Amino acid sequence: MKKLISLALCFLLIFSVMGCSNSNKKVLYVYNWGNFIADGIIEQFEKETGIKVVYEEYDDNENMYTKVKAAGDMYDIVVPSDYMVKKMSDEGMLAPINKENIPNLANLEERYLNMSFDEGNKYSVPYFVGTVGILYNTDLVNEDITKMSSMFDSKYAGKVCMLHSMRDTIGMTLKMLGYSMNDTNKSHINAARDKLIKQKPNVKAYGTDDLSRKVLDGTAAMALVYSGEGIKAVTEQPHNMRFVIPEEGSNLAIDSFVILKDSKHKEEAEQFINFMLREDIALKNAKETGYTTPNKVAKEKLPDDMKNDASRYPTEDILDKCEVFYSDNKHYVEAWDLILAAN
Amino acid sequence: MKNKVISFPYLVWALVFTLIPLLLIFYYGFTVELESGQIIFSTENFVKFFSNSAYTNALIRSLWMAALATFICLIVGYPVAYILAMSTYKRKGLLLLLLVIPMWMNLLLRTYAWVTILDDTGLINTFLGKFGIKPIQFMYNQGSIVFAMVYNFLPFMILPINSVLSKMDTSVFEAAHDLGANKMKVFTKVTLPLSVPGIFSGITMVFMPAVTTFAITDILSGGKNDLIGNIVQRQFREAFNWHYGATISIILMVLIVISIIVSSKYESEDKGGGLF
Repeated sequence: MKKLISLALCFLLIFSVMGCSNSNKKVLYVYNWGNFIADGIIEQFEKETGIKVVYEEYDDNENMYTKVKAAGDMYDIVVPSDYMVKKMSDEGMLAPINKENIPNLANLEERYLNMSFDEGNKYSVPYFVGTVGILYNTDLVNEDITKMSSMFDSKYAGKVCMLHSMRDTIGMTLKMLGYSMNDTNKSHINAARDKLIKQKPNVKAYGTDDLSRKVLDGTAAMALVYSGEGIKAVTEQPHNMRFVIPEEGSNLAIDSFVILKDSKHKEEAEQFINFMLREDIALKNAKETGYTTPNKVAKEKLPDDMKNDASRYPTEDILDKCEVFYSDNKHYVEAWDLILAAN
Repeated sequence: MKNKVISFPYLVWALVFTLIPLLLIFYYGFTVELESGQIIFSTENFVKFFSNSAYTNALIRSLWMAALATFICLIVGYPVAYILAMSTYKRKGLLLLLLVIPMWMNLLLRTYAWVTILDDTGLINTFLGKFGIKPIQFMYNQGSIVFAMVYNFLPFMILPINSVLSKMDTSVFEAAHDLGANKMKVFTKVTLPLSVPGIFSGITMVFMPAVTTFAITDILSGGKNDLIGNIVQRQFREAFNWHYGATISIILMVLIVISIIVSSKYESEDKGGGLF
């Protein structure tokens, strides 16, 4: 009986999906990061274009990749970070973008175009730029945190949260030790690994989206978080929240729109990307999510306190110390296994 | 002939969803991909697992914590099953239902609910704080993992034991009493030995999901102490190294098969030790 029901449900699912693609109303499947779009933007796009958007969220490049790899025709647009753009284009998962359909590309800052992970922006269009930084609670921390090494200070035993994200946590530690985030030298990675194993008595938890909440309510004194999360927390409780990009440098994550190869709605997808790059839309998104917009026209329109906030729009000398990921994940997996499995 | 026909759908099911995936796991587990993309037979991943103490420690930790959780489930669950089975209460079905209701909820939801209760700024600590008691750290340690395992899997221990006990022929107890055994003797010499098949079903049904869990670890212990399930999950989802993930799965499978063989020795004299 159970099998019959699940079989019936499967058919229902198949027919409903087929039904959608056959009907006249066009549907666009967008798979984006959580906390990565302002309220009402999707509705506005639907109203202006008559295209229906099915919107889903993920919290990690690797999860997104696994899902898209398994069922690539389920989505039209996804928003991978730099190194994932490269991986996906190398594996032939992406469709080239027709730039004629995206005139608003001209709004983007040169600095974020033509990057090594996708030269000439053949497959990707930058949406947001994020960094990794330290969010801390001044009720529990009596000093100005500026350095990554503070997270390893034993006086914060049991009070520190790290990102449950291999590349970010190992990368920031490599940076602290003076190496590149993309360093693939085994002895350097092992040095970072040993540092992080030794840090474990300090660590309260490894997490992703839940970490800023822990700092906000005082469960943890400080946490490594993505810049958007950190800035949101500061906006929520300005009296005791601080967010800094460590002076050792950080990761510069360029999360970019890509269109999947199997997409049947390429032109609608390009229409969506063009819409997202429009000045008023980019401005709204930048204000609400806290991430750094690569859109220069929108940035000009931002209120001064946001524009001049170094954690939102890092100064040149911080940016110079930031790096984009390009090396392959495989170099870091074993170290990450050993860090998390250690007692 | 008729039996053959009606068993056909299940045969297809077993082939597609059990046998083929199993063969794939063995294929991946015993092969590695070279830099050139060529796939060759190799036991390299087994060597990698057993030569690295972090991996074997994670395995031992998983086995130990699952065993501890199973033991606590038994100690807590057996008396409950016994009381339920021996109870003359008219609405026994209702009592069983109350036991099963929490299982209707998703395991992740149930576990996340505990975060709200146990966290340093959670319900319990907020309450204690009103009396000036400093926050007690309930979460972010291995104890919380065992606790959540017991909480989530306890019904799987109670139900099979209860099922065996309630089907027991009460005349054997009377016979034991007639022959002069006191209550304690009846329990240790008659009830307990006869309920062993149920105990072993319960142990298998608690131990197996406990030893392979990864969600509980991430939610309650802050991802600090990987169990073997977390490492397997990571190989597939983050490292994209299906070969190594499959190897660890095989090692875990072998251990589980051993535990089934051990317990099936007892279940062969089964008196209905199934879940219901």
